[in-house]
Amino acid sequence: MHTKSLAELAEGLRNKDFSSEELTKSALNRISQYDSQLNSFISVAEEQALVQARHADAQITSGKLSSLTGIPIAQKDIFCTEGIRTSCASRMLDNFISPYDATVVEKFNAAGAIMVGKTNMDEFAMGSSNETSFYGAVKNPWDTERVPGGSSGGSAAAVAARLVPAATGTDTGGSIRQPAALCGITGIKPTYGRVSRYGMIAFASSLDQAGAMAPSAEDTAIMLNAMAGFDARDSTSIEKEVPDYTAVLNNDIKGLKIGIPKEYFGEGLDAEVAAKIEQAVDEYKKLGAEIIDISLPNSSLSVPVYYVVAPAECSSNLSRFDGVRFGYRCDDPKDLEDLYKRSRGEAFGPEVKRRIMIGTYALSAGYYDAYYLKAQKLRRLISEDFKQAFENVDVIMGPTAPSTAFKIGEKSDDPITMYLSDIYTIATNLAGLPGMSVPAGFSNGLPVGLQIIGSYFDEARLLNVAHQYQNVTDWHQQIPEGFK
Amino acid sequence: MEWETVIGLEIHTQLATRSKIFSGASTAYGAEANTQACAVDLGLPGVLPVLNAEVVTMAIKLGLAISATVAPLSVFARKNYFYPDLPKGYQISQMELPIVEHGKMEIVLEDGARKFIGVTRAHLEEDAGKSLHEDFQGMTGIDLNRAGTPLLEIVSEPDMRSAKEAVAYMKKMHSLVRYLGISDGNMQEGSFRCDANVSVRPKGQKEFGTRAELKNINSFRFVERAINIEVERQIDVIEGGGKVVQETRLYDANRDETRSMRSKEEAMDYRYFPDPDLLPVEITAAEIEAVRKTLPELPEARKQRFVNDYQLSEYDADFLTNSRELADYFEVVVKQSAEAKLSANWVMGELAGMLNKEGKDIGESPVTAEMLAGMLLRIKDSTISGKIAKEVFEAMWQGEGDADAVIEQKGLKQISDSGAIEKVLDEIIAANPQQFDQLQAGKDKLMGFFVGQVMKAMGGKANPAQVNELMKKKLA
Repeated sequence: MHTKSLAELAEGLRNKDFSSEELTKSALNRISQYDSQLNSFISVAEEQALVQARHADAQITSGKLSSLTGIPIAQKDIFCTEGIRTSCASRMLDNFISPYDATVVEKFNAAGAIMVGKTNMDEFAMGSSNETSFYGAVKNPWDTERVPGGSSGGSAAAVAARLVPAATGTDTGGSIRQPAALCGITGIKPTYGRVSRYGMIAFASSLDQAGAMAPSAEDTAIMLNAMAGFDARDSTSIEKEVPDYTAVLNNDIKGLKIGIPKEYFGEGLDAEVAAKIEQAVDEYKKLGAEIIDISLPNSSLSVPVYYVVAPAECSSNLSRFDGVRFGYRCDDPKDLEDLYKRSRGEAFGPEVKRRIMIGTYALSAGYYDAYYLKAQKLRRLISEDFKQAFENVDVIMGPTAPSTAFKIGEKSDDPITMYLSDIYTIATNLAGLPGMSVPAGFSNGLPVGLQIIGSYFDEARLLNVAHQYQNVTDWHQQIPEGFK
Repeated sequence: MEWETVIGLEIHTQLATRSKIFSGASTAYGAEANTQACAVDLGLPGVLPVLNAEVVTMAIKLGLAISATVAPLSVFARKNYFYPDLPKGYQISQMELPIVEHGKMEIVLEDGARKFIGVTRAHLEEDAGKSLHEDFQGMTGIDLNRAGTPLLEIVSEPDMRSAKEAVAYMKKMHSLVRYLGISDGNMQEGSFRCDANVSVRPKGQKEFGTRAELKNINSFRFVERAINIEVERQIDVIEGGGKVVQETRLYDANRDETRSMRSKEEAMDYRYFPDPDLLPVEITAAEIEAVRKTLPELPEARKQRFVNDYQLSEYDADFLTNSRELADYFEVVVKQSAEAKLSANWVMGELAGMLNKEGKDIGESPVTAEMLAGMLLRIKDSTISGKIAKEVFEAMWQGEGDADAVIEQKGLKQISDSGAIEKVLDEIIAANPQQFDQLQAGKDKLMGFFVGQVMKAMGGKANPAQVNELMKKKLA
């Protein structure tokens, strides 16, 4: 059952080839059988999942079903789930049980999906390797000595190993696309404001966006159908009609204009990765697309701008974790200051502390103009680059990450090198654009991801473009040895 | 040396919305601790603020009432600091782009002179919760019911030159927010409080002296007291050869002193930045005009109308329009009694006196406007005299019913039966023949004696005009 796509599973449930309870048990079994090798789940919600599955089966029997009814999925542990621990992979929230569901969780529940558990991630989504989790590193199913990418590394590994058919992720600077690339699955980060952020624990509010991770573009389209839409509880979510993302998957892409930014193929890009991306672009040519060389001149500013804006917002967003009302509190605080210092000092990991310090500095009196304000101005320049590019092209393509999955521990002592893993993904977050990563082959047995960037609210086109490629390739169908 | 005081006020007024500024939780005062704080107010992980549109309307109302600019675009910013009763570790406020700027308000000084006080800005923000330091065995309790309550912070220019001016400004603003219906202005509950920036400088000097900020003063009396004490302290410091340091000070009403809370060096860096969870607030000219149409008659206009329509003096009109409730009360009395001057006299005299004596608001008066008007009608139709009316008013105040009931019950109806009056008059003339002779001989002063005796004999119920009339006949 685990090799079937979401669409196939939905079909099977509808035809009563198997029940949701059987399907859910199968996912739970695979988690208990394989996850000790991957560490992709922080919490498994077995009991609740089975209750949900039985309820879904009843709905299926009565004929009331959506395309996700009875399908087991995993939620990144950044989404608040009522009654089930929401840790954000931090010691700070190791004991935190949310009294409410995130909008995304509510929507999947309403669609009848089964939540089998909460996936591992970098602590508070800060990281590109999933090594900063309080619950330990996640391993890449293609090579368990390597990282799955991050921060949605647990979701990526769980989907790649086919423990679950699909999972949610969040993407602040590449946290859906980079792990999708490194684990050989498909991931989509929608336009900023397309999916509600309510109940999604904030890292950098102006960049955070929830999205979907699954083996194929079609599967992520089904997921996105359930997730997207305006939410009155999120002032930054956008009131715009949500199309059926599966409707245009099969559209012909003859004449599609693909922009190839020269800045995405410069120094630092692994030669093998570059070769795979070129092959993928050739494939698109065969499908009738037109390839246009473009330039995004301010690309080199993305990483420095991001590492001012994101830490600045995070330094403020993470202030609520103070040991007063919920979460970790140090033992026997002497006084208020001691309570703050030790609760936060003991419960936050080093990467989170580093970013809080960078952000606090960037917002300080006397530095605000030079850092935060300047970064906001440069952010507009980066958006302008894209705006101009999309006047001439329909989508932009390039590598998702500069290299394939690296070894666990290889970059963890060198934050700057680590930050450069997101060099191609960060700009879309700064501009608020939608982006995808699509499996595009292997280099030394490790997956390579093709990134496709679209204009605002052009998710349907991105999914269509990805699906057409997946119709003529089978990279997305590969399952790592040992998890077949 | 002669010193000049310079004062600027920051008034925090709680907006009278039913729900909080960024959540749907109730703002009602006095509920059990932490029962009116929802997930958003508690700052739980993942929650997001959504602006209550009502607060924008209220801020526009204030802006229009003080001839200010209502910003077409204003931005919420985060003010970052740690405190246990600040759930998110930041307060959502407005910094660079406030919703209201460049307003002004006229105050009347003691000598009757008028003066404009500039209003630099007014911005929207959320209130914090409350820390409770008692009853927790050395620990601190946190009540987050107040967290997220909408506030409008109104910042004046340093235009006031005495504690009295500061009080006049604060009272005027207090009256205004209540007129506008944007705040209940309840000072005991903290709905209207202020910080005062106070400095002194030698008279004639242009530059301001170093200021101290007096925090969280919640009564008119304390504002005056705190400023005067602080001014004395600063002058003492300077005259003693010292320097005033920029700092935040607290006024302690019990000890009647101000004392330092923190110095400028200890001042926090709030690291303001635009809140990425909230969109900028855009206000169109059409929206402003729509709000303008809903504005009530403002104190100044109402005062002028009272002078013109009711022929009241400036002083009376000013007194009566000081609060919207009092002005409303007065107008009901006038409309039902059709006696403007008489109504003004009673409202400002007997009624205001009793309210003051018992520390009551006009809304708590046991004598309603309808009851007072009813009594004035009985004066007008000569059922009772002005003197008896005081007794009737007293009885109404004590809850003995409306004027007619009191008059009936106590038998206070004025006697206008000339036969009955004449009978008493004859008796009194007979008993005082000497005085009557003198009166007839031209000693007019004695007229009052006879009238008084009649009134006395008749328990004040005789119609005084009629007594006079009859007495004159006797002399003719």
